[in-house]
Amino acid sequence: MAIVTALKKTDPLPAAAQPAARGRISIETVSVVFGRGEASHLAVDRAQLEIPAGQFVCLLGPSGCGKSTLLNSIAGYVEPATGRIIVDGVRVERPGPDRGMVFQQYSLFPWKTVRQNIEFGPRMAKKNAAEIDEIVMRQLEMVGLTAHAAKFPSMLSGGMQQRVGIARALANSPSVLLMDEPFGALDAQTRTLMQENLLGIWNEVRSTVVFVTHDIDEAVFLADRVIVMSTAPGRLIADIEIDLPRPRTLDTFTSSAFMLLKKQCLELIRQETMRGFHQVQGGHA
Amino acid sequence: MTRYAIRILAVIIALGVWHFASTMKIDFIVSFKNIPSPLVVGSALGDLLTSSKFYVHILVSIKRICIGFVLACLLGIPIGILMGRSRFAEDLILPYIEVLRPIPAVAWIPLAILMWPTEESSIIFITFLGAIFPIVLNTIHGVEQTPEVLVRASQSLGAGKGAIFWHVVLPGALPSIVTGLAIAMGVSWFSLLAGEIISGQYGIGYFTWSSYTLVQYPQIIIGMLVIGLLGTGSTALVRRSAQPFLRWQVKGR
Ligand SMILES: Nc1ncnc2c1ncn2[C@@H]1O[C@H](COP(=O)(O)OP(=O)(O)OP(=O)(O)O)[C@@H](O)[C@H]1O
Ligand SMILES: [Mg+2]
Repeated sequence: MAIVTALKKTDPLPAAAQPAARGRISIETVSVVFGRGEASHLAVDRAQLEIPAGQFVCLLGPSGCGKSTLLNSIAGYVEPATGRIIVDGVRVERPGPDRGMVFQQYSLFPWKTVRQNIEFGPRMAKKNAAEIDEIVMRQLEMVGLTAHAAKFPSMLSGGMQQRVGIARALANSPSVLLMDEPFGALDAQTRTLMQENLLGIWNEVRSTVVFVTHDIDEAVFLADRVIVMSTAPGRLIADIEIDLPRPRTLDTFTSSAFMLLKKQCLELIRQETMRGFHQVQGGHA
Repeated sequence: MTRYAIRILAVIIALGVWHFASTMKIDFIVSFKNIPSPLVVGSALGDLLTSSKFYVHILVSIKRICIGFVLACLLGIPIGILMGRSRFAEDLILPYIEVLRPIPAVAWIPLAILMWPTEESSIIFITFLGAIFPIVLNTIHGVEQTPEVLVRASQSLGAGKGAIFWHVVLPGALPSIVTGLAIAMGVSWFSLLAGEIISGQYGIGYFTWSSYTLVQYPQIIIGMLVIGLLGTGSTALVRRSAQPFLRWQVKGR
């Protein structure tokens, strides 16, 4: 697979807001195996990927292809059988606050209020009360939930809960934000709003984002770069640069450039899937 | 509002049936010949309420429940947590629980009397035994069902093992632990009564049983009603005192 490392930054950014070079990810021939012996199962097959600091990458693939598994190994929940993952020069061995994680759903602490959820990371980092206050205020404002700070997660809509999840992950100022289908459980309208919202937030924080999805529209709309994954075994089969201008809005979805890119993605995925299909068939003949 | 009216009506109906059966001395399948009517019981209650001995019986029982229940909590919750967290501890302790749990409190009485130096301590021991099993089992259940996604989320937010325990495992197990405590409170009354009926000179169970041997039939019924009231009240108290910690459990999801 050809690795495209060109980084597209079309937003006008003031010099002071230029991203610090934090959040560079190297995935070096990573394979993940579940189970042992006869029952062992290769979930990720020799994934190779370089993600420069500050890039928004979408990991796109069908259900069960190993997207979550690859993301979980960046997070440090899953240990690769071979290869290694390096974030900012440090090998990933366990989960840590430098890599924030947003899950699909039900990942907020139900017994903590919105505020307590967001301040959890800073508290673990032993920040002082004034710092924590400031961080929480800033995060609440960024996701527009200041008025809901004292509520428990069960009192919020799904979209609001996901915004709290994002705010909670960002409260630690992670260099990498890992997102596993964070909008997958939301209705279509809310999802589009959340996507725009996320781009707004990312424009402020500029951390590296690895965003897992099986929705092509979502991937093309959000990403600087879409990495396509195939099923059984999970392989990275295509690397597509998305050079749509930013900021991206609702209009982006209907622009001809968006349509063209989406079509290219679809064709690439189709080609790669067909090739895999023929190889398998050939192998059995 | 109407629901409360129905409940009050239900109580009145029961009193009416009781009154009718006892004054008519009904003797059909069960016998009401020796059963005092509600009015007789009521006047006996009036007398008892002015006797300090009656309160001593109640207070002695409450004291035994408190000691047995608190000891069961202090021992049962940590054991349950340990068993829920460590497979080794679970394998080590589970056989004892499986063998001992089905043995009813009454069956423990002879051994308890032989093992403990005073009658008081053997009764408290039996109360404690009744309470500890539901506490341990519900705590294990609560601890074991910690959602993996919350553990992962907290790890990615910088939490270590201790913080995960305090912020994720324990609060997640709390609803189940509280259920265990409420069940344990009921069972410990159960066990206490068994202990008090068979040995001791004080306690509401002793009061009820000795009323029978002294042919004070209204007192039997008063003893029973007091036991019922104390059981319900103490269980409600357990649930009520846990409520502030469970406010996050919004109903309807
Ligand atoms: N803990 C595990 N133990 C064993 N097998 C696993 C485990 N986690 C995932 N798998 C398997 O690995 C494969 C990839 O799973 P993964 O969850 O990464 O897929 P995914 O692309 O995220 O799918 P989805 O879109 O449905 O979330 C699947 O076949 C799955 O059954
Ligand atoms: Mg997944």
